[in-house]
Amino acid sequence: MRLAWMIALLVAFAGHAAIFAATPGWRPAPPRMALPDMVEVRPGAFDYRASGEFTRDGRPAPAPRETITIARPLAIMRHQVTAADYRLCVDDGACPPVDGDAAPDRPVVKVSWRDAQAYASWLSRVTAARFRLPSDEEWAYAAASRFRDDGLPDSAYADPGRQALARYDAEVGSDDGNDKEPQPVGTFGANEHGLVDMAGNVWEWTDTCFARVMLDGRGEPAARLTNCGVRLAAGRHRSYVPDFIRDARGGGCSAGAQPSNLGFRLVRDDGGWRGLRRMLAGQ
Amino acid sequence: MTVISTTPTAMVAALAAVVWTAPAVAQDLELPRQKIELVAPPFVHPHEQATIEGPKIIEVRIVAEEKEIVIDDQGTRLQAMTFNGSIPAPLIVAHEGDYVEVTLVSAETNTMPHNIDFHAATGASGGGDLTLIGPGEQAVMRWKATRPGVFVYHCIPGGPMIPWHIASGMSGAVMVLPRDGLRDGAGKPLKYDRVYYIGENDFYVPRDSAGKFKSYPSHGDAFADTLELMRKLVPSHVVFNGRVGALTGKNAMPAKVGETVLIIHSQPDRDSRVHIIGGHGDFVWETGKFGNRPEIDVETWFVRGGSASAVLYKFLQPGIYGYVNHNMIEAVELGATAHFKVEGTWSDDLMRQVQAPGPMAPQAKVTAAPPTSTGTVDKRR
Repeated sequence: MRLAWMIALLVAFAGHAAIFAATPGWRPAPPRMALPDMVEVRPGAFDYRASGEFTRDGRPAPAPRETITIARPLAIMRHQVTAADYRLCVDDGACPPVDGDAAPDRPVVKVSWRDAQAYASWLSRVTAARFRLPSDEEWAYAAASRFRDDGLPDSAYADPGRQALARYDAEVGSDDGNDKEPQPVGTFGANEHGLVDMAGNVWEWTDTCFARVMLDGRGEPAARLTNCGVRLAAGRHRSYVPDFIRDARGGGCSAGAQPSNLGFRLVRDDGGWRGLRRMLAGQ
Repeated sequence: MTVISTTPTAMVAALAAVVWTAPAVAQDLELPRQKIELVAPPFVHPHEQATIEGPKIIEVRIVAEEKEIVIDDQGTRLQAMTFNGSIPAPLIVAHEGDYVEVTLVSAETNTMPHNIDFHAATGASGGGDLTLIGPGEQAVMRWKATRPGVFVYHCIPGGPMIPWHIASGMSGAVMVLPRDGLRDGAGKPLKYDRVYYIGENDFYVPRDSAGKFKSYPSHGDAFADTLELMRKLVPSHVVFNGRVGALTGKNAMPAKVGETVLIIHSQPDRDSRVHIIGGHGDFVWETGKFGNRPEIDVETWFVRGGSASAVLYKFLQPGIYGYVNHNMIEAVELGATAHFKVEGTWSDDLMRQVQAPGPMAPQAKVTAAPPTSTGTVDKRR
């Protein structure tokens, strides 16, 4: 009788285990790779200029500033994913090969948002942790003093000419004139959180989709359209880039500064089962 | 005299000796002389748009210099050849009937012969036959500006050296203005508030087996690979003023609403087709020759390889204007883009944003036709 119970329990457990294995966060296999060097940024609130394009009463308008709260510790890679890091994913057959000649100690560049997604899935698998691209809010919070507000003065929205000139000046002004080639990790120094090369010469893919927000006369959102075929690349200035583009340097627009390079870093997101456990443990 | 002295008297004596031994330049033509300090493009040396003075001898000094330069933001290196160190070489402005007396000097650091062919000059390969010099040498040649217009000049040392030197940067332009200035088709005088000179060049930088641009320790090392690539006629770069982005960002060309700008555009090799995004050509001398009536209201003007065009445009709206070779593949992918940065007051009459981008009105909802259908989009749905 007792034996029958035990067998029944075992069978039931095996069934559940299969379900658990399909749940994000559950460990399907022991990690094959050590976790990357992460920095844990403490929770907090900060002043943030919303991303996307805004109209107010049907006229182009500045994006509103808002206070964003980061409720949980934000675990983010200390440095951008390097060419050597990315190479491992390519060798494992999980990431599309990119520029094979890149120096291993430099950030991987000429990667699309899709490539970055593939890397995040692979890294999650081989480390048995969960990695994803940060949102623009998370990136801005982590970048801290390196985050550059891309708001234009209200007067810039008076006419299309002034808007074009103000945007051009802001983006050209953010160009430090340095070499556009990717540099060895650490070249652009660390910010107050110890994150290196934030807003250096490699822009970083985020998970944030392009948004167009229509505000009413009181400044309240009336409608919002998002286009997730275009993602936000964060860096010295924000750039909206189609998700399949690997090199935005050539631009595609006749005016305006473009990201010198496209790369990425990931956040670790203990969602799912592990997140639940942490939550239950009151962490 | 072997005494080394730093006294002023001795220095004057030494200088006099140098002057005495320099080759004597013929002083046969009794005309006033004007020495011009050339400036690097896109800027142009000060000049009169029309003149009441009689013909002069315009003296210019041009130094041939071989040097390695960077031609894009990726650090791609080109073993370049230049006149006066810039690509393009400086614009020389004279008036019809003036004489242009050119002292061509070849830097001692050079390795190759150089010379100069002025399309505006008549005879002896535009002066090329009279100016072929080696490193550390100089030659003086004078030509009469008989035809008003903008004309290319370039190095023409012979054989495969000709296209190679040109494709390495050795070209510039001359502007011969009518003595009484520019005129429209009805003979009314035309003036400009600013002038910019834009030189377009096609470069051919070989790649290694991995597709990376190669660099070479010397011009001689670069020659064979470069010539092989040139023969395929597919440039690696098509640029304005010597490099990708030479006239964008911090180097965008400033102008103001209401200002008339004269734009000279030269291309020594390939054809180009110039367009101002959001602007026009008010008066266009497409072949560059001022004896012909200018075309008006032009959207895109053709620049024949081996020639220069002149365009007058009055900016009417503020903003950023792309100035491109309207083969947009060359403009965006290969580098042939410049920007004008124009300050001033916006005209709602010329253009107004009636409705900012936002959601489609319900009755206007359109979707792409399914791929199997060849019909038009049904707007009634």
